[in-house]
Amino acid sequence: MDNLHQSIDAANFHYDIDYKYDAGVGLHEQTIDYISDVKNDAPWIREFRKTALKKFHEISLPRWVTNRDVRDLDFSAIRYYLANDQLPQMSWEKVPQDVKTTFERLGVPEKERKFFAGVEAQFDSESAYSRIKEDLSKQGVIFVNSTEGLNKFPEIFRKYFGTVVPITDNKFSALNSAVFSGGSFIYVPKNVQVKQPLQAYFRINSERFGQFERTLIIVDEGAEVTYLEGCTAPKFETSTLHSAVVEIIALKNAKIQYITVQNWSNNVFNLVTKRGVAHENAEIKWIDCNIGSRLTMKYPAIYLAGKYAKGEVLSIAVAADGQIQDTGAKMIHLADNTSSNIVSKSVSFGGGMASYRGVVNISKNLKGCKNNTVCDALLINPTSKTATFPKINVSGNKNIVQHEASVSKISEEQIFYMQQRGIPEAQAVSLSVNGFINDLVREFPMEYSIEMKRLIDMQTEKAIG
Amino acid sequence: MCAFEIKNLKLSVSDNVILDGLSLKILPGEIHAFVGKNGIGKSSLAKAIAGHPAYKIQRGDIVLDGESIVGKAPDEIARKGFFLAFQSPQELTGISLANFIRAAVQARLPKGTPLNGVDFYKNLYAKMEALQMDKSFTSRSLNDGFSGGEKKRCEVLQMMMVEPKYAILDEMDSGLDIDALKIVSNAVNAMRDGTFAAIIITHHNKLLEYIGPDFVHIISDGKIAMSGGLELIDRLEKFGYGFIHDEHTL
Repeated sequence: MDNLHQSIDAANFHYDIDYKYDAGVGLHEQTIDYISDVKNDAPWIREFRKTALKKFHEISLPRWVTNRDVRDLDFSAIRYYLANDQLPQMSWEKVPQDVKTTFERLGVPEKERKFFAGVEAQFDSESAYSRIKEDLSKQGVIFVNSTEGLNKFPEIFRKYFGTVVPITDNKFSALNSAVFSGGSFIYVPKNVQVKQPLQAYFRINSERFGQFERTLIIVDEGAEVTYLEGCTAPKFETSTLHSAVVEIIALKNAKIQYITVQNWSNNVFNLVTKRGVAHENAEIKWIDCNIGSRLTMKYPAIYLAGKYAKGEVLSIAVAADGQIQDTGAKMIHLADNTSSNIVSKSVSFGGGMASYRGVVNISKNLKGCKNNTVCDALLINPTSKTATFPKINVSGNKNIVQHEASVSKISEEQIFYMQQRGIPEAQAVSLSVNGFINDLVREFPMEYSIEMKRLIDMQTEKAIG
Repeated sequence: MCAFEIKNLKLSVSDNVILDGLSLKILPGEIHAFVGKNGIGKSSLAKAIAGHPAYKIQRGDIVLDGESIVGKAPDEIARKGFFLAFQSPQELTGISLANFIRAAVQARLPKGTPLNGVDFYKNLYAKMEALQMDKSFTSRSLNDGFSGGEKKRCEVLQMMMVEPKYAILDEMDSGLDIDALKIVSNAVNAMRDGTFAAIIITHHNKLLEYIGPDFVHIISDGKIAMSGGLELIDRLEKFGYGFIHDEHTL
């Protein structure tokens, strides 16, 4: 069972690898050309990258980020592309030894056999392994890395690429658009329901490196898919950057569940842009768990574009000492009778800071729209911090919006009660924390919820023990 | 030596002295009843023994099987064999009854010893049946939304599962109807194996009638004002708490 775990400690290892492809340190136009040459990009992608690089320099950091938080993040000190092979293997046997061992230590092949309909495993900039079960590919389901998606399915890729997250969404979406590599491309044809989840695993192996995967998921009318991503990195002295862009499109009556368990080591800056469009009667659910990283800024959005579309963001954030989890959700209602639900729970340990930043937009001409937002924060130590920044723009009077927020501490009487049963204090706190997030943890697959519980136990042990 | 002793205890909470000069020795197998007016300090004594940080022991000692437990952490005191069935148990949202009791039972095993899940559930279900609790309670959040009576049964269930040597049952009868009172009393009586000893804090005679304590103590003025058998209860019924003072002045 141990190798099923992907805890920070278990994931804290790396291999020294001589990369065949290395774009060098820093971000210049030559960096873009190098990546485009290596990847043999189509001219329109090369142009897209270069436009994005200009925008990246023009757009300033989000105003809510203090310089202190990103002081250590030096864009000119990062390596933007590191890879050995351009094409992923379809058999673990053919994956280079160190890379294979890495994913074996993280339990990826074992999980693939047990739980998943398909797996993609990205090592630094490129996907090392990619495979989907035969019956699914026979039904026309596509699950490949983004480069392959671009090359083999250019029509559908180009039709949707950059439409949900434009280059200019924010500074980091511009950065990703300039240097993106890896990530998944998924297409599920009409009325195909993928029962087992598709999984992607993102691994950073190298120091002073930035991982910029780009994921595009299109689920056609009446089809369904669950996508699960996990991420880890070893602990280095210097900071590492992970800046992904994820675009998901649920066409009429389609359902997408996108589950993330983010467990980066605590020197990773995790600045991710995730947006989805839900067409008529479609459902999108972002289920997000942020445990690792030094700073995470992530606000999954759903554009409810067709009538009766549903959107949901369920998120858990755990901020330990020295971590900032700045997460939230955006629900943009664009059609009648659309509904959205946001449940955000955060736990702050030590000097950790967890914030909720949310936007709910319902414009004046709409009717029958509903939003429900609940954000609960739990503070463990006197130095623990939390904040809530909801922005609710609702016009007209034919819509219903509810917002509830709470901040709590674990009561001394509860801890005393549990201790009276013989349970040591740290374990009592950990039981309370797990109880606090329990209803959300249930949304995650079993092996992830066990892992989350273990991680929380570990953090509590550190904060209380 | 096996005994539970309270020695000349002076107890305060936020600078108010609650008990002063209370002494009592309880031997294995004995059941003692504490009666006394509301607010006289019976519940405070129970919490102080359990190691609640708000209660300050200013003088005296509490000794469990020859070892002082004053100043020890509540969980350590619990694992030494002391259990407190609370008058108002805490609600623990998100922690299921089964998981909580499991953690309590596990905490008593030597470090690294796995708990046999099958045996645990067998035992749990048997005890729940004795208390006429529905099995569905196991997956509910502990005490969350339980009625007063359900909470009390749940306290007794936990006591039965962790098998303490010494227990204090603080107002077990409040919130229980007469049938439930019988069920809970029978469960407590079933624990009386010659070693289990308890203090029962109560205002009601029915519970004492069902459990039949060996000793009855009337708490007044910060100490045990009078000790005796069940006949003390009859006198309380007839004369009220005033008779203690009358007797003192005789």
